[in-house]
Amino acid sequence: MTQKLATATLVALAATAGTASAERAKFEYWYGLTGDLGAVVAETCNRFNASQDQYEAVCVGQDGYEKAVQNTIAAFRAGKHPTLLQSFDAGTADLMMSGEFYPVTKLMADTGVTIDWADYFPGIANYYSSKSGEFFSMPWNSSTPVYYWNKDLFAKAGLTEAPITWEGMEAAFKALKTAGVDCPYAYAPSSWIDLEQFSMAHGVPVASNNNGYDGLDSELLFNTTLHVQHMENIKRWLDEGLAQLRTPAAGKSSRDSFVEGECAVFFSSIADHNTVHKLKPAFAWDVQIIPTYEGVERKNTVVGGASLWVLSGKTDEEYKGAAAYLAFIATKPEQQFLLENSGYIPVTKSTYEALKAEGFYDKEPYINRDIAMKSLTWTEPTPLTRGIRLGSFIQIRAEWTAEVEAALAGQKTMKEALDTAVARGNDHLKRFAATYPGKSFP
Amino acid sequence: MRRAHFKFSWIVPLLLAPQLLVIFTFFYWPSAQALYWAFTLEQPWGGGNTWVGFDNFRKVLSDPYYWGSVRVSVIYALATTILAMGMALTLALFVDRQLAGYRVWRIGIIWPYAVAAPAVGLAFQFVFNPGAGIFSYINTISPGWWDLSKHPWQAVTAIVIAGAWKQVSYSFIFFLAALQAIPRSLTEAAAMDGARPLRRMIDLQLPLLTPTFFFLLVINITDSFTDSFGIVDTLTGGGPFRATDLMVYKIYSDGFRGFDYSGAAAQSIILMCLVMALTFIQFRYIERRVHYT
Repeated sequence: MTQKLATATLVALAATAGTASAERAKFEYWYGLTGDLGAVVAETCNRFNASQDQYEAVCVGQDGYEKAVQNTIAAFRAGKHPTLLQSFDAGTADLMMSGEFYPVTKLMADTGVTIDWADYFPGIANYYSSKSGEFFSMPWNSSTPVYYWNKDLFAKAGLTEAPITWEGMEAAFKALKTAGVDCPYAYAPSSWIDLEQFSMAHGVPVASNNNGYDGLDSELLFNTTLHVQHMENIKRWLDEGLAQLRTPAAGKSSRDSFVEGECAVFFSSIADHNTVHKLKPAFAWDVQIIPTYEGVERKNTVVGGASLWVLSGKTDEEYKGAAAYLAFIATKPEQQFLLENSGYIPVTKSTYEALKAEGFYDKEPYINRDIAMKSLTWTEPTPLTRGIRLGSFIQIRAEWTAEVEAALAGQKTMKEALDTAVARGNDHLKRFAATYPGKSFP
Repeated sequence: MRRAHFKFSWIVPLLLAPQLLVIFTFFYWPSAQALYWAFTLEQPWGGGNTWVGFDNFRKVLSDPYYWGSVRVSVIYALATTILAMGMALTLALFVDRQLAGYRVWRIGIIWPYAVAAPAVGLAFQFVFNPGAGIFSYINTISPGWWDLSKHPWQAVTAIVIAGAWKQVSYSFIFFLAALQAIPRSLTEAAAMDGARPLRRMIDLQLPLLTPTFFFLLVINITDSFTDSFGIVDTLTGGGPFRATDLMVYKIYSDGFRGFDYSGAAAQSIILMCLVMALTFIQFRYIERRVHYT
């Protein structure tokens, strides 16, 4: 439905453009993706520019999400910012508070572009919208975590199924170890997977106020939940040799350890599905949803990746161009183009259904990639699984990582580490709240 | 008696203006801005700020991890300076003695200075990487011994060596120039008195090098406080568990990555004061021993 409407709009726009002058209205778009994925963004821009002759998207790569946001802030303060910004979620709390953006729902309404907002998966829609249900930013490259497992090594240990509970995982690690696999689980600390998505899947809070949605006076709670026990388990598995720490600093990343056939399991975003495929591992492998502990009622996970923000202070012409671009990337052909060239997932139900009907997920290299959809849509989002809306979140993640690393190196117990991370994280939150006195998340 | 004096002429301020403008735009203005931000809570996207007095400084200075960062910055600065100047001096003495092929060595040693810090960090990745670098050979003998993600002292050693390597060439150029400025007649007279090369080095060349030595000490220490970012970022990322979180790196991660502009501004002011204090100490206590001829 969405794509039909969007295409219709585009055709209409193109028709009116035919009579207009040859001069195209330009607008700038700064994106963070790099490498192969950056090339996909650039190609999408080219496709947009070729699809109509009224607007021209000037797309500039910014060498990473973090730099894209940093550069945009600097440019914004100088009044030379782009119309569109591709940003990752953790970098947008300040943008939300500043109000210096044009909510996409409003933009589309103002420019007369129709988008079927109800077509977006609720897990994605909730993540990128305000309390009142208005979309702040346009979902585009979306992912969620899964784990990758080596089928050959599992078979060697007499296992044919990938477990979906952590108890099952531990049993599998032990069986793998007994079967002579030195490194059953390539572990790399990731706050996104071990803390945030873990808490979502288990329905436990990361912070008070429903993970920050209901006020700026939130406090972190992850040192009081199941997360502590999970991190203690990871530490124990590392000590018992059921897992090995695999980070670039330790010599080899977890993905490389997996692809080279050394480790049987690693956790990452579904976006890595395409990369692992390209690296052509010499064994059979598959993906599985992230496990939960027994006795816990599993909930949905939330999206990662990035979305497109429209910034304030631009001209009507630029906004019209941006609206046309956002409508363009929401169409099914464009979502499919992104999916075929990356490991990302569809963001609208209609596109997903259409792809499934066409047998898209039945052929290599896409087989089972939509397991991510299962994880995202496991339940309807609850107040605790809408997402996380906390200020200074990049710093909170850094505190978590540094403390967990210290605990894994045996410098302190895991509980002490998480207590410290929470205490320091709360200081960041207080500071964030003091920076925006009297305000709250829209 | 005739006194030389200049008549006031518009040409003087005119010639000075471009330089002053550059200094004002790129130094005084940003510094003043940082000073202002250090006393406020600045919103990254503009939209105003709140005056908080000394709160930012109080918060930074009461943070035990910040003092850890100061400590490792001082260790890094002293160690890289000693290592870099020691190596530079040794190399310069050899090149000055015009050993075989010294022209080639001279160019070879100057080169590293042209390499950007992140590139140095990347190059040393190949040396220090526990899995694939040269140091990984140690791990084949004793598995897991060399691991930058576990042992803080190893990570600090790695950035010190990389930092010193980068600084060697700069000091080398100055040492060599200073050595070549020593009149040949002095060296020859000493040689005729029967002083061997080592004796001449200790009694003649080194004392005559003290002004250069002092200059390089100040520059190297300042440089290692302020110019270590690229190496840390590529080599350790501040880890393991903040062990290599140098002051400049912390300013970057808090300010640019974490959008805490005010906290980063306060840290910049502290770093600036620290570097100024160290320079003052050096001028006050070390320069006394320097003889300018």
